[in-house]
Formats: sequence, C-alpha cells, structure tokens
Amino acid sequence: MVATDLANRLLKGDRWALTRVLTHVENRYAEGRDELRDLYSRSGRAHIVGITGPTGSGKSTLTGALAREYRKRGSTVGIVAVDPTSPFSHGAILGDRIRMQDLTADPGVFIRSMATRGAMGGLAAATSDVVTVLDAAGKDVVLVETVGAGQDEIDIADTAHTTVVINIPGAGDDMQAIKAGILEIADILVVNKADHPAAESVFKQLHIFTDLQRQEGWDVPILKTVAHKEQGITELFDAVQKHRNYLSESGRLKDLRRHRARRQLLVIAQTMLLERAVSASGGELVDELVDAIAAHELDPHSAAERLIAG
Amino acid sequence: MAEERKLKVIIAKPGLDGHDRGAKVVARALRDAGFEVVYTGIRQTPEMIAETALQEDADVIGLSILSGAHLELFPRVVDELKKRGMDDVVLFGGGIIPQDDIPQLEKLGFKGIFGPGSSTLDIIEWVKQNAPRRAA
Repeated sequence: MVATDLANRLLKGDRWALTRVLTHVENRYAEGRDELRDLYSRSGRAHIVGITGPTGSGKSTLTGALAREYRKRGSTVGIVAVDPTSPFSHGAILGDRIRMQDLTADPGVFIRSMATRGAMGGLAAATSDVVTVLDAAGKDVVLVETVGAGQDEIDIADTAHTTVVINIPGAGDDMQAIKAGILEIADILVVNKADHPAAESVFKQLHIFTDLQRQEGWDVPILKTVAHKEQGITELFDAVQKHRNYLSESGRLKDLRRHRARRQLLVIAQTMLLERAVSASGGELVDELVDAIAAHELDPHSAAERLIAG
Repeated sequence: MAEERKLKVIIAKPGLDGHDRGAKVVARALRDAGFEVVYTGIRQTPEMIAETALQEDADVIGLSILSGAHLELFPRVVDELKKRGMDDVVLFGGGIIPQDDIPQLEKLGFKGIFGPGSSTLDIIEWVKQNAPRRAA
C-alpha cells in the first residue's frame, strides 16, 4: 500500500515528485520517512555501483562515461555524487555535475549531488536512502560517486554491490599497495589516466596487490582507462556486468544484502537511541556532561553511560 | 533530530560566454556562508539549467552572464523551470547587465541583479533574505 501522494507520483514516473522525495529523505524529514516506508518494497532491483578513488583521479568523468555506456544499451541511470562539506562553514561546493553536463538533458538519467554534512566514511549519512529512492523510481543502475577518498573512506563498500576503486599514476610507491584500506574493498580496480608514462608501474603494483589478496571466487580485474577520451569504458562496463553475474550466480548477492541490512538496522537504531537519549535528557544534561569531560572531572565513557541512563 | 534544511543554490552560466571567474567567486562565497552550492559550469542551455534545478531540487538559482544575451536567455530559463513545476525557485542574476534592462528582469522574477563591483557580502545577504522558508 502506497500511502503518500508523492511516493505514488514518483512510482508513476513524476520527476518532480522524485526530486522532492529525495529532499525529504536527505534532510531527514518525517515525510521522508513515510515515503521511504512506501518505497522500500519497490526497491532492490537496481544494480548499485560505487565509484571511489583519490581527489582528482577522474571519478566524475569516469562515472559520466560509464553512465553513457549504460545509456547506449538502453538502461536508465541514477547518479548520486557526493562532495565534502566544509568543516568550518558547513557549506559545500557540489561540482561533480560539471563532468557530466551532456547527461543533464537525457531523461533516462537522474543526477543528484549530496554534501557529506559531517559524515566521515566518504558518503553522506542519507546516501543509502537516496539510492533506495532512485532504485524504487525504476533506475536500472545507480552509480554512487564518493568524495575524494584516501585510505579509510570505505562506507561505499556497504552501499554498493560492485565497488570500483580508481588509482592514478604518480601517487605513492609500492608501500601503498600493502597498506590496509581502500584497495581491499575493490571488486574492480581501475588505473585511470592510463596514457600517463607512470601508469604502467601503478598497473604492476596493483597486480602484486591482487596476487597477495584474493577474493574467494572472484578475481579482481585491473583495467586501464582514459576516462576523458572514453578509453577502456566498454571494458569497465563488461567487468561490472561480469561481477553482477558473479554475485547472483554465486549467492554472494544474498550475503551482501543481509550484510547491508544488518548494518543499516544497527546504524539507524544507534542514531535513534542517541536522539532519544538526548531529547529525553534535555540539552542541559549534555552541556553539563560536556563541561565535566572538558574539565577532566568525568571520563567520556562514564558520561555517556549517564546520558543514556537519562 | 531533524536536521535543519540546508539551502541549495545553483550557480549557472547560460549562453556562450566562457568567463566564469565571477560565477566561481560567488559560488565560493555562498559556500563560505554555509550554503550547498551546485556549480554547473559554462555554456549551459536554459533546458540544462532548469533540469539541473529539478534534479537537485534547488531553492535558489543565480545566473551569471557576460554576453549580453540576458533578455534572450533569462526568460527561457524561467519558462523551462515552469515546465518542470519548479516555479517556486528564487532567482537572481549577475554579470554585465545594463540598468535599463533590470525592470524587465525583475518582472520575470529576478529580484536581485548584481553587476560588476558587487560585494559578495551583499549577494550572501540578499540570498539569506530572499531564500524561501519552504515547508517541504
């Protein structure tokens, strides 16, 4: 049963309703929660592809190129592009669309920019809900572009079915390849700007990395792209499709869904509990405890216990 | 804890002139004032600007133009916005716009026009004053 008017209109293909629902969900309005309730059972059909990598590695250009590849084959595409919020002004410049201008006029593509608003994992807190809405709106594939990611911005792996990690030439030595973090979440590795002379050595380092770290049942491919010349994009598309088939045939997709469901449940419940504790105790207790911790009179763990006890 | 709604501003350059230093300065100033600013890049058609406003659910659009085609392009942006049901977006403009043209643009809904020498503080203040307190 679809109870809300906007969700109803969204399901009928109304793009205005879609954009408003996204705003409700992004801003955590009560309407947004009702609309998500209506839409959740209609989601779960889209393939969700995460695209991550360092600042300036060509994420937006590659995302745009991959979207075009899907459009050539008749698939509809949702894109969620995340950019950082300034820790000082809390404002943000959302500039990823610049690299996807030609897609703006295509009715088969819907691009939404999001600011991180203080979230640290490379996405915004509401990104996963925004993906759900685009999925319910019938997009065949949703591409999620993270903020410029270094080593630890790995939330994308909990949101996407297929995670593409972009590398670029000249960004560190082979020590980087054995550190923990972002390379480990890759289902597909890409060396973008592969026309650069140093690309070959990155390519080799990544091979050393994948030889050491094998995913069971899936060999992480390493692809070369030059995104702004659209080189290597068909191969990337094929690799994503191959991974998608692998997920469904091997049963990994079910595991991923359960893993994601558990994480969502726990993260949302955690937020709710915190909100309840804070609103039940009123702002004064929080201030009081903050003062006590800052003055080193009370340790933060004991303070948190008191906050939750109310 | 319902977050306070962040206002989303689109800064766009319609038409064929490629000078976007001013647009970028305004975008950055609005960012520093706490807005979430989508910058579209140069050479945007009215359709592209309106479509971006729809997809991003913009509260405010600022158009920057130096080519002199504002009387041609600004009304087309307004039309395209209307077509998409986005007629509640607050509009302002900037660039090289003769005084004589301002009343006509105001009639279209561009209540703020900022020419060369405008202070970014004035623009920020204007956006803060005029940005809608849209309920939802």
